[in-house]
Formats: sequence, C-alpha cells, structure tokens
Amino acid sequence: MSPSLVLIQLLSGLAHAMVLFLIASGLSLIFGVTRIVNFAHGSFYMLAAYLTYTLAATLPLGAAAFYVAVLLAAASVGLTGLGVEVTLLRRVYRAPELYQLLLTFALVLVVADLVKLCWGSENLTGPAAPGLAGSVAIAGQLFPTYDLALIALGPLVAAGLWWLFYRTRWGVVIRAATQDREMVAVLGVDQARLFTSVFALGSFLAGLGGALQVPRQALTNVMDASIITEAFVVVVVGGMGSLPGALLAAVLIGVIDAFGVLVLPRASLVMTFVVMAVVLIVRPWGLLGGPPAPQRTAAAAVVTAGAVRLPRRWVAAVLAVLIAAPPLLPTFHVWVLVEILAFALFAASLQLLMGTGGMVSFGHAATFGLGAYGAALLVTWTKAPMLLAFAAAPLAAAAGAALYGYFCVRLSSIYFAMLTLAFAQIAFAIVHQWYDVTGGDNGLLGIWPAAWLAGPLAYYYLALAACGGGVALLARIGRAPFGLTLRAARDHARRAETVGINIRLHQWLAFVVAGFFGGLAGGAFVFLKGSVFPNLLAVPMSVEPLVMVLLGGVQAPAGAAVGAAIYKLLDTVATKYTEYWQLVLGAVLILLVLVFPRGVLGVLGDRRA
Amino acid sequence: MPEPLLRVVGVCKAFGGVRAVDGVSFELARGEIRALIGPNGAGKSTFFNILAGQLRADGGAVSYRGEEILGLAPHAIWRRGVSRTFQITATFATLSALENVQVARLSATGRSRGLLRLVDRLEVERSLALLAQVGLAEQARRPAGVLAYGDLKKLELAIALANDPALLLLDEPTAGMAPAERGALMALTGSIARERELTVLFTEHDMDVVFAVAERVMVLHQGRVIAEGAPDTVRTNPEVQAVYLGEPAEAT
Repeated sequence: MSPSLVLIQLLSGLAHAMVLFLIASGLSLIFGVTRIVNFAHGSFYMLAAYLTYTLAATLPLGAAAFYVAVLLAAASVGLTGLGVEVTLLRRVYRAPELYQLLLTFALVLVVADLVKLCWGSENLTGPAAPGLAGSVAIAGQLFPTYDLALIALGPLVAAGLWWLFYRTRWGVVIRAATQDREMVAVLGVDQARLFTSVFALGSFLAGLGGALQVPRQALTNVMDASIITEAFVVVVVGGMGSLPGALLAAVLIGVIDAFGVLVLPRASLVMTFVVMAVVLIVRPWGLLGGPPAPQRTAAAAVVTAGAVRLPRRWVAAVLAVLIAAPPLLPTFHVWVLVEILAFALFAASLQLLMGTGGMVSFGHAATFGLGAYGAALLVTWTKAPMLLAFAAAPLAAAAGAALYGYFCVRLSSIYFAMLTLAFAQIAFAIVHQWYDVTGGDNGLLGIWPAAWLAGPLAYYYLALAACGGGVALLARIGRAPFGLTLRAARDHARRAETVGINIRLHQWLAFVVAGFFGGLAGGAFVFLKGSVFPNLLAVPMSVEPLVMVLLGGVQAPAGAAVGAAIYKLLDTVATKYTEYWQLVLGAVLILLVLVFPRGVLGVLGDRRA
Repeated sequence: MPEPLLRVVGVCKAFGGVRAVDGVSFELARGEIRALIGPNGAGKSTFFNILAGQLRADGGAVSYRGEEILGLAPHAIWRRGVSRTFQITATFATLSALENVQVARLSATGRSRGLLRLVDRLEVERSLALLAQVGLAEQARRPAGVLAYGDLKKLELAIALANDPALLLLDEPTAGMAPAERGALMALTGSIARERELTVLFTEHDMDVVFAVAERVMVLHQGRVIAEGAPDTVRTNPEVQAVYLGEPAEAT
C-alpha cells in the first residue's frame, strides 16, 4: 500500500468517524441519563437523511437549500424524539427498564415502513453539498472536499458539546445524572424534564449525523440497521457517558473500518466487533468509562417481581391442545406451529439468562445458529444420521456458549450485552465467510429429517417433545436451587457472594445451560427448514427472542413461550396480508407494551396476586 | 493461652491519599463478643469489607483459625465460617424471606447448582427454624422487598447464621431501627451468639447497645485502633472521650 493511499484511507476513515461520533454521542447521552437502550436511534438517523433529501430538493433557497435542509431535518428529528419521549416512553418508565427497549424496537419497525411508504424502497442518491461538491488533490490522490469539511466540522461539534456538558448548568446535571441519577433525583432535579430534553438532544444529534451523511452515501431502507450497531459499538468502546471516549472510539472504529476494507476485505464485517471484544475484555467499562454507580434498588433493571408460577390447569390445557389439535389443522399451520415451538424454546433459553439471571444478552442468536450449523455441518460433511445431528445441536451450542460466556460474565449491564453481540457477530462472520465449509451466503441445503420423521405431523411431535420438553426443563431449572441462586445473585450480588455463592461460576453455567437449549431450538429449526443460512446468527435473530421474552414476561420461561407465540403469529399474519407488515407489527407491539408494561404473563400474574 | 480465632496484623487500606484503615492489629478469642466503635469515617465499614473479602487490603495479614484469609474471594471466606451482615440491609428483594435463607443454606450445603430438584422441598425446615429463631416465622412467605426495615435486619441475621458460622461480622446491626427495637434485636443476637458459642465482632453507633452487649470494646479513629478493653475502661479513656466529644468536626 502506497503512503498516499494510506493517507487517503485515513482521511476517509476520519470523515466517517465524525458522523459516527455525532450519532454515538447522542446514543451515549440518552443511555447515560435515561438508561434507555434506544434501538430507534438508527431510525432517527435514517429519517433525517430522507428528510434532508426531500427538503434540499424542495426548499426554494438555491445553494443554501441543502444547508437549511440539514438543520431543519435534524431539528424535526429532535422534535420527533421529544414527541416519542413524551407520548410513549414516559408511560413505561415505571416498568422494568427493558420495556423501553421493546418500545424503541417497535419504533424501528414503524419508522422503517414509514420511510418505505414515503420514499419507496429504491436507493436514492442525495444532492452534493453546494460549494463542497468536488474533490481536492491530496498527495496525488483525489479526495472529496465534503469529507474534508466533515473532518473539520467534527472537532467543532465536539467542542460545542464539551461546552454544553462542562460549562452549562444543564450539562452539569446531565453529567451528574449519568453517574448517579438517583442522587440527582434526590437533589431535586425534575426527572421528567431532564429525560425529555436529553432524549430530544440525543435524537437531534442522530438526525444531524443522518442529514450530514446525505452527500456521502446513497439513501437506503436499511441504513438504520447498519448504523445502530456501529453506534453502540462506539459507545461501549469509548465508555458509556464519556464524550472524549465517544470521540476516541469513533476515530478508532472509523479508521479501522476504512483500513479493514483494504487489508482484510473478507474480515471487514467483523473487524469492529473483534476490536470491541478485545477492548471490553481488557477494559470492562470501555476505554474512558468508569464503573457505574451501584444500584440501590435491587434488580430494577430487569425484574421487579418474583417467579410466576402458572396454575397446573393452564399448563395441562395448553399441552392438551398442542397434542390434540395438529391432526385437525392444515399442513401450513402445523409448520407454523413447529416454528413457534422452536422460537418458544429459543426465547425461554434467553429468559434463563435475562429474567432469572438478570443478564441481558444481545447475542443470543449465536446459540441458535451454533445449534443449527452444528447439526447441518454434521449432516453435510459426515452424513450423520438425522437424530444424531439433532442431538449434537444443543451440545455444539453449549460448547460455544461455554467459550464466549467465560469472557462475558466478567462484564455487566450494557457492556455485557455488547460483548455477547460481538461474539454473535464474530460467529456470524465466520459462517458467512468460510465458504469451503459453511457455504457462506449460499448456506447449507438438504438438511432434512429422517424419512419416518419427515411428515408434518411426525416432525411436529418430535419438535413438541424436544421444545416443549426443553421449556418444561427450563421452568424446572428456574425453580431448582440453581435458578434460585441465580435470582439471588441478580437481586443482590454483594449479598450473594457473602453467602458463599461464586457468582461468575453460576452465571457461566447459566450461559452453558441457555446455550444448550438455544442450540436445541436451532436444531429443531434447521430440520424444519431443511437448510441453514448465516442470517440465523445475525442481529435480528438476537433481537427477536429479546422482544419475545419482554412481550410475554421476563419472570418465567412460560412468559417467553407466550411471547414467542404472540410475536410469531403476529408476524405470520401481518406478512401474509400486507407489504407493510413492519408497520402493523410495530404498532401492535407498541399497544401491547402500553397495555402490558411488564409482559403479558407479568401483568396477568400481578392481577392474580 | 489458646490460639485466637482471628488474628489481624497491620491491615492497611488507602483511598487515594486517605488512609481509611491504617495498620489495624488485634486478636479475637473464641466466643468473644466485641464491639468496634468509632466516629463516622473512622474506617469501620472499610475494615469489615476487607475482612469479608469485598475489598482488597493494601497490606497486612488476617489469620482465621490459623489460616491466612486476606485476599480470598468473599465466597471462599464465607465457606470457612465467616459470615456478615451489611450496614445498609442487603437481602434478595424478589425472593421470599424463606427463600432468602434457603439460598444461603443450599450454598452452605454445596447444592446451589442443583438443576432438577425443586427448591420447595429443600432445606425448608432448617430455614424455617432459622427464621423462627430471629422471630420472622410469620413472614416466611412474603417477599423480602416488602418487609419492614426491622424485619429485614432480622432476615439478614438469619441469612448470616445459615452456614453455622464461627465468626459473625455485624456492620451496624441496628442502624435505622427504633430505639426499643434495637435493644431487643441486640439482646436476641447476644443470646444466639452465646447459645451457638459464636464469636461476634460488630460495629455500632448506639452506645447503649454497645455497652449492653459487648464484652470488650475496640475504638477505631482515623483508621487506627486507639483503645481496646472492657467497656468501662474504654468509656473512661481520655483519648476516646476526646474523639467522641472534643472533635466536633468529625461529627456528621
């Protein structure tokens, strides 16, 4: 690589870093103060980009139109954020924290389809920035003038934010709240107004990032998904709530991206996640972050009530229907039921980590994918009998979980979540790139059940035995000494270690057990579909079980199973009847969160109590 | 002279420039009930956290039953028979009072990793007996999160007794309780300790409680032990009086 090329790549990485910094600082700000994991941050970014596109084309301001459009778009998105906070998020602040995550996920779906409705799904090419359109020669290479301007703008924005956070009273309150918001509340700061203003500012920053991106890249319907993971990576690598950390991490990730494409094009997908994993393993709170203030209220993050126990009558009734009904159903419905069973077990295995253990994983797809690929690879390469491959699925996933769980249980909260995501992404990259073995994008085909199990009913009953049995076992584990011990460690870690509990060991074992059942679910799924593709390990596959668990109720595996059933049915029905299924699904999810702010079973359980 | 249960030699801990614990040395005989007193900020809680393994000391040695325990993990120290309570009550909020004690009993008996047997039938009688001993039998099925403050203090005591400890560290066992309740709880603690032949080290701000229960008193000031002896000797010690009465800047 010639020196001039290195310089150009470096500059291009820096330009990207500046946009990343804007978005990540907004995300970090929102999480730091409100503890909301705002999945919709990427959607706000995308929305602002499209708004800029339209405004720049319609405002009758000549050359100034683009710049006015950028500011207007960012401001409207800031206002949208404000509206979302006031009308939606505020209603669920009293629910366990993660329910806000469920709401923001619903918003992602809604915004995605709204953008598709308004602007269509063709890629759009935005206008160039007037006055900054061309290129300049740097060391004999051409470099976009606009990117140079961005590199100059970045430090200015950073300085502005620094002034805001360190030189204004509002900034002091924000920094204090990031460190210890309970204390700030006690000191008489109006929480509601603080949260609203912070959410608005954070959304504005996302919007500004999106608006400024317009001259640099084509607008697509998926630009929300690609930016949100990258922004989260920057936030945790830099250290939550640290502005200099976000800047440093944005530069690091931006530059690594730029060079990754050149040096290791096949590994470029995963490079940032490898970096994040290494940073988190060495520095558990990111480069410039510190340990968070100890939480005074026990387990506020995930669970506020004890385990729910379903009446035996209900369980027996559901089981009776599951056994008796399928022969009466059309084949298509039986296949849908099998898929629901697989996802019920998948979500229930996450519930063990999330609800019982208080460990929110963003990378649970890894278990499902490792199980599915484990079975598929055995069938493809050793011609193993189907049942043997089926049995190997949970073992493969448990082994994988044991490996990455070892590192994950050393972290907590969002850092933990992001490390699980990093490992899932690394696993994704491996199956995606290792064509010779996994088939890469083409997946592995022809992974069918043994002949005597291939019929819909036969396979249904196998799946019912495996997945229903798995959910039952998970329920049993939740009520066994191991489950009780996990709940104790979740409620009060310091107390738990002073009653002789080795917390990390128990959390690691929970990883292995959850991995086992997640893998079993993956095994049931792969023989249902007859094929396996890398998307089984992709981010949406980690988000779905999270949504299911929250939807059904985090307290018990049964809640996860109920959530899986609701989500999959909604999904199946919505995709069947409308092109805009995300809009429908998102709207229904929002309604469900508002009506059942602790999950369907959580709220029903409270009513019964 | 018999081997002491606990021998602490020169334990230090500094936070930045502040020497929170500055060369603490003493011995605890088996069966002794000793109070550790001192003004706020004297280093009492820091010292407890070091003893229980939750804070790493900068230096010193702690030998328990002749074995060095400084630097062991909290769970390893508990397994050896050193149990503690916290100044700010620490219980498992979503677990019932009974389950709070069961968790500790299951851990003590090495069964906390059981996957298939139901908790409902494990260690129930022993745990209920412990709850009864501290006067919480009626509350056994209620979640700890809804218990009254005084009951939480009792629950902590029951949890701390679950491993049949030899040494009990109580960090302000009556803090935040009504005066009448305090005396009752400490009388209960004292009688349990004598019945089980426990060695107890406790910190306390209420001097009435201290002098009613403690056999010996040790005074910590700015991280150092400045006096140790029978309650009456310590009470009349001029240096102790100066610390408590003569330095208003130390008071909170």
